[in-house]
Amino acid sequence: MSSDATKGDRIRELMATEGDAVAENTRGFNQGRYESTGRLDDYEELKAEARGIKEDAIARLPELIEEVRRTVEANGGTVYVADDAADANRYITELTAEERDADRLVKSKSMTSEEIEVNEALEAEGVEVVETDLGEWVLQVADEAPSHIVAPAIHKSREGIAELFAERFDPDDPPETAEELTMFARERLGELIEDADVGMTGANFVAADSGTMLLVTSEGNARKTVTATDTHVAVAGVEKLVPTVEDFSPFVELIGRSGTGQDVTSYISTLTPPVGSPVPDFEHDDGPLADGSGDDRDFHLVLIDNGRMEMREDEQLKETLYCIRCSACSNACGNFQSVGGHAFGGETYSGGIATGWEAGIEGLDVAAEFNDLCTGCSRCVPACPVGIDIPWINTVVRDRINRGEADPGQTDWMFEELVPDEEPGGLDLSTRIVGNYETLAKWGSRTAPIANRLSDAGPVRALAERVAGIDRRRDLPEFAGEPLVDWFEARGGSRVSADEAEREAVLYADTATNYVDVDRGKAAVRALEALDVHVRVPDLPGSGRPPLSQGMIATAESAAEDVYAGLATHVDAGRDVVVIEPSDLAMFRSEYEKFLPEASHERLAAASYDVMEYVFGLLENGADPSDLRAPAEGTGPVAAGKRVAYHPHCQARTIGVGEHATAVMEALGYDVRVSDTECCGMAGSFGYKHDYYELSMDVGEPIREQFGDTDRTVVAAGTSCTEQIDALLGDTPMHPVELVAPRE
Amino acid sequence: MSVADRSTFKRRLDSLGVTVTEGPESECAELIDEAAGDPAVGVALDAGSLPDRIETDPTTAELRAAHTGVTDAELGVAEYGSVAIEADGAGTEPVSLFVDRHVVVLREADLVPDMPDAFEWLGPRARDESTDVVFATGPSATADMGGLVHGAHGPKEVHVVLLREPGEDGSGESDATDPEVSADE
Ligand code: SF4
Repeated sequence: MSSDATKGDRIRELMATEGDAVAENTRGFNQGRYESTGRLDDYEELKAEARGIKEDAIARLPELIEEVRRTVEANGGTVYVADDAADANRYITELTAEERDADRLVKSKSMTSEEIEVNEALEAEGVEVVETDLGEWVLQVADEAPSHIVAPAIHKSREGIAELFAERFDPDDPPETAEELTMFARERLGELIEDADVGMTGANFVAADSGTMLLVTSEGNARKTVTATDTHVAVAGVEKLVPTVEDFSPFVELIGRSGTGQDVTSYISTLTPPVGSPVPDFEHDDGPLADGSGDDRDFHLVLIDNGRMEMREDEQLKETLYCIRCSACSNACGNFQSVGGHAFGGETYSGGIATGWEAGIEGLDVAAEFNDLCTGCSRCVPACPVGIDIPWINTVVRDRINRGEADPGQTDWMFEELVPDEEPGGLDLSTRIVGNYETLAKWGSRTAPIANRLSDAGPVRALAERVAGIDRRRDLPEFAGEPLVDWFEARGGSRVSADEAEREAVLYADTATNYVDVDRGKAAVRALEALDVHVRVPDLPGSGRPPLSQGMIATAESAAEDVYAGLATHVDAGRDVVVIEPSDLAMFRSEYEKFLPEASHERLAAASYDVMEYVFGLLENGADPSDLRAPAEGTGPVAAGKRVAYHPHCQARTIGVGEHATAVMEALGYDVRVSDTECCGMAGSFGYKHDYYELSMDVGEPIREQFGDTDRTVVAAGTSCTEQIDALLGDTPMHPVELVAPRE
Repeated sequence: MSVADRSTFKRRLDSLGVTVTEGPESECAELIDEAAGDPAVGVALDAGSLPDRIETDPTTAELRAAHTGVTDAELGVAEYGSVAIEADGAGTEPVSLFVDRHVVVLREADLVPDMPDAFEWLGPRARDESTDVVFATGPSATADMGGLVHGAHGPKEVHVVLLREPGEDGSGESDATDPEVSADE
């Protein structure tokens, strides 16, 4: 948006300074996740078990808080439930600065303590705070904030850290290699830990039945922090409670794999504090380590509410509390891979799920700052070990931002006329244009080619960029003069009569297929008819995907109702619904669950197929592949022969229909290379927006790297992918169905 | 404990860079002696004995100066190559942590197949005895400084002494039934 030019600038700057390090690390973690979870036989069962435990725990939270109070106190510790950050900090500083008169507190990395900014509170009372996680310590030395919930300093390169240490510590022999840097930090931190008075940790989980906490680290800093100091303060959000110690088990197997691809982290501490180790006295170190007086330890569990109990009452934000902070969603996220958490995050949390956290803890304003970096590509959904629908939370928050920011004084009358919808009047222009793409497309098609010529004209593009934030470097879709539905009717309907047909299918003429990319619709009709399917192409409303992407939930919901109304009779008549645009199929299968009665959603979801999935199914059931177009017959764009480069759509992959195209193409004899990036970066309309143009192109960069010099024929199913790949490779890919459909 | 668990455990340790030696309980002290550097501190074992050169009642200074720490483990988790070390009044936790090499003694009988078994073992002990256990898997590690480095805060190396069950073939020797486990991970 033009009013927001600084956002684009900041993103560009972060991509330039931190982008490379973030990309390398997150992609490495993400790849590690695939490999490590792939080695689990029962991955999906573990995820279901983990989710079940969280659902139960959050439902019973008040009861678990009382239980843990009893168990921790029975062990000799203290529990304090803090309402908010100030309350928690008051308790912690009183304990540390006053009661203990501590000079130094050593801290093991904890996002919850970042959330309450306890370091600042302690330092204000004269207590030195030292972060002991190596990455966190680097940031402390550099006076920076974490950019990732698991690996806080991934945006820093080794060279950057070496420079930092050389500058800050001026050592005789400046450390350079990873090994030297690590040993340098280990030594300095070792001394600081030994002399510390209080140790602070977070907790990954706390079991109510025993007061046992689970701490996951690789470095061993949490172990040292707890062992070396006689006072242990654990800071954890109330949502970290689970009923029993046995409940830790699935999380232990999931957390490292999900986050960094480690099967387990080096150390999984299960502490039931005060812990049983003697307190080593490093100041008088000629005394025995274990002097038998092991009872002088003190433990405080500070459970933090800070908005969480309210989130629990909020049907939409509640799922955020299931989050185990593994970071899988961040690592799987195309945008995060490009800009990292310094752009894609709020005061504390970053990445896709940060919207839920920040909205619940800091408020909508903070969440609004980065919420639109979630493009809804959905690649985080299968990555999340507790099955949180993260894009949905982002959509809900976006909707609330839309409504909350709506200024009743601003009438926006002209626009209200052009694109009436269910949303409040104050929505900004680019949101509204994208959200009402269907209306625009209908109008564009009706007035093509004038609309096309207009939309290509420089002054119009400049205006669109300035007023509506649509980047002028993007080619705008060219509207077709004759929509698919009209073409089909003019041709006299299906060439396969219903009586002779193997099956009957309704081809869903989505907005893009109907008004813009009519050719792929025609190809789909030919392919289905070649396999003896009686096809219908009724005039149906848009799926609601564009408004949903803008957080216009009410508009999307009414679209869902209209689509279902239009399809219900077909579904009742036993016809299959075949969908060309993957993001629309993903709507039918996933998001419509939120909009339609359960039975309606189930019926529609069960009857709907991706066009390539459908072709695949027909071939599996005996249809003859030789009725489709094999590579040998290829001329023109397929002249390159059998070799195909295929980019499956992000949402198609999430709902598990990305690979059918590969299978069909291979069955016909094509040699297929599949892109291994999570999302092309266009993600619906995201890449059109002026502020995000460079980011979008950067997210797509791996596709250019993989397919850039290829002599392969590039195919892609999504409309947005098509636009993006055209921009990246200078060549418009075709839909896989266009490759395999017989010629006219 | 099945043969499969033992070989899974050893294969896992191998892939983590953890060295393993095996023998009957009677050879425990020798196996430790071979594995431990110098100076070494330790905590008295439940099963098997320590070589004399291990300081079992160290001062804090001796702990600080030690190269190796020797402790036993309560449990091993075959599927992950993890060993469960319990914090106790004798100092098992600091002895296993503030050193460069941790030599850990585990009885084969204390090997369980997988994590759910480990947490079923832990649950009652946590509830009834307030135990503190760390499941340690390989050496301390960090990738925060631009590359994987071992020994960030804890030990750089780990060695496991696996004590065989005397019953198995009468001698404690079980190599005959032990499938080859190196280099196939
Ligand atoms: S939302 Fe899911 S994937 Fe993301 S950090 Fe939380 S648990 Fe992990």
